[in-house]
Amino acid sequence: MGERGLLDVLLLQDYNTALVVLGTTTLGVAAGVCGTLLLLRKRSLLGDVVSHATLPGVVAAFLVMQACGGTGKSLPGLLLGATVTGLLAAWLVPVLRRASGLKDDAIMGVVLGSSFGLGIALLGIALNLPSGNQAGLEGFIFGKTASMVRVDALIIGLGAAVVIAMTLALAKDFRLLCFDEQFAASIGRPVALLDAVLMMLAVAVIVIGLQAVGLILMIALLIIPAAAARFWTDGFIATMCWAGGIGAVSGWMGSTISAMHADLPAGAVIVLVTGCCFALSMACGRRHGLTQRWWRGMALRRRVERQHLLRAMLECGSPGTHVALNQLHANRRWRASALQRELRRAVRSGELDVHPEGWVLTPLGEVGARRVVRNHRLWELFLIHHADIAPSHVDRDADLIEHVLDAELVAELEALLDPGEALPSSPHPLERRAP
Amino acid sequence: MPRGGEHDDAAPLSIHDLTVAWHRKPVLWDVDLDIPQGKLACIVGPNGAGKSTLLKACLDLVPAVSGEVRVFGQPYRKQHARVGYVPQRESVDWSFPVSALDVVAMGTYRRLGWCKPVGRSQREQAMEALERVGLEAFAHRQISQLSGGQQQRVFLARALVQDADLYLMDEPFASVDAATEQAIVDVLRALRDQGRTVVVVHHDLQTVTEYFDWTVLLNMRVVAAGPVGDAFTAEHLRATYGGRLTLLEQAASALGQLASGTTRSSNG
Repeated sequence: MGERGLLDVLLLQDYNTALVVLGTTTLGVAAGVCGTLLLLRKRSLLGDVVSHATLPGVVAAFLVMQACGGTGKSLPGLLLGATVTGLLAAWLVPVLRRASGLKDDAIMGVVLGSSFGLGIALLGIALNLPSGNQAGLEGFIFGKTASMVRVDALIIGLGAAVVIAMTLALAKDFRLLCFDEQFAASIGRPVALLDAVLMMLAVAVIVIGLQAVGLILMIALLIIPAAAARFWTDGFIATMCWAGGIGAVSGWMGSTISAMHADLPAGAVIVLVTGCCFALSMACGRRHGLTQRWWRGMALRRRVERQHLLRAMLECGSPGTHVALNQLHANRRWRASALQRELRRAVRSGELDVHPEGWVLTPLGEVGARRVVRNHRLWELFLIHHADIAPSHVDRDADLIEHVLDAELVAELEALLDPGEALPSSPHPLERRAP
Repeated sequence: MPRGGEHDDAAPLSIHDLTVAWHRKPVLWDVDLDIPQGKLACIVGPNGAGKSTLLKACLDLVPAVSGEVRVFGQPYRKQHARVGYVPQRESVDWSFPVSALDVVAMGTYRRLGWCKPVGRSQREQAMEALERVGLEAFAHRQISQLSGGQQQRVFLARALVQDADLYLMDEPFASVDAATEQAIVDVLRALRDQGRTVVVVHHDLQTVTEYFDWTVLLNMRVVAAGPVGDAFTAEHLRATYGGRLTLLEQAASALGQLASGTTRSSNG
């Protein structure tokens, strides 16, 4: 494939490019959806074992087909070989674990290493055969989209459709299996069978991805979209959809970029795009992304600082009197810059007025300050008198204690407030914050 | 203790000479007992006594070396519909992407069958169960945002949705706050009052006499089983726990409660 114009590629003008782009996009969806299941079942590295174990299958199938008199280049035949050894590896890992008593990672290392070694050895034999048909077998290791033809795209499309349909049909049972295996078994779900189906789906995705992405990088297309999806959502089906979407975007963009630059292999570019999607998700994910987490922490800090400031203003002088900076510093330990910033923000939001001799609470600020003090006192009383139920109920951040505790309990706590205190206990019992 | 043919065929749970082993080391040895209908029963015993294993063996989750378990007179595999299970809270990963409602709805999957998605009716049942354990406000929270006690109540709600006649619960009171403990006890009593049978693996000897009316003292073998008043004695506790001092102190105070408890029940 030579250099092509961007428009030609994006509009899928070229027949062969269109095949590759469509094929890798569908593959991305299937890999994302199936990878989510693997990840949530905590079997993601088993995918890597399976994909490495496809190599001896491919080469053995080639050798067998040649020995039977064919050219050995029939793709369905090669993929059948890959499926057989992939499934064999997926079956071997739990069997060996049970028989040996060793840990999962050790067993997976054994199976991955020895099957890949066997594959490379067989490949060496195949490459030295005199027939000359073996060219392209190495393509399965790193992927080789350029050689994709119609039948490859068909195989990918068909395989992906089956995988996605099966996953959606069994979504609820996979959710149960991945979340709580014991409960699944207790209601009579055949856990071993479900696991076997899951592994078959994974083998199917890996086998159809061999041509496009290659067996070494296939694990990335399975795992990365699923891992990235968790930053965006907390739902099971939603995670699968996000992972499918990220996989599709990676497949589409990766193969498009690779089509425009002949020296960039598609498999590598697809995986690189997936990696970028992961970085982007981790940074900006709406649910658990770093920006989101940082923003929430910041908002909480600001809220707490504002509450402290209002409270200090009320404690430093009766309403209407001016409070100077050194009084505030005497009241509690502030960072000077943080206090200045908070004072400016409170003036801007209309809770404080600034005067030459200091700051003064506005009526709005006074309502807020009294609410803060009252809530604070009531929560303290609640912790003292209801320590047994307290920890799961305390929500210091709630606008009003009434939003969390029932009216009866609040009344009981209010009765405990010291009426002789300088600060009125409950100036505006159920008033909402002024807009 | 029943032996051989003396089992009650209609008993919700009847265990016949059950032996379970891990890697050739027996964990349970010749366990033989019946749990009668309509009882709130607990299984107590020291760590490693095989309490959880006993429940799992009843549910066919671990294979038995010998012996058999009958649920309402039949093997468990024919009685899935009549049994509800609450696994230990630590047995699952709570960062899993599901909501509390999703987890509770799992209790309907057996009735729902294969390939059918969870629909409105299943969600309504799940919501009702969440209301019974006081968590309706948390239905759409992702489960990692719940406190330990709330997570335990989610598991209980899932079992309620199963609408079973026999409930097997593995440490439902483990590290929950007092409010949750009370909420769970209320639900368990309500189940018993409906004639259902509840078997709970329990670790707190202090509350045995207050919460339960039937008890099994287990330490790899059954030391005693029967109504709390008969089986939960100082002698049996010593035989179960050995000479561990702190535990015997706990037991002594539990027995003190028992003495007052028996007077109460003989009056009532």
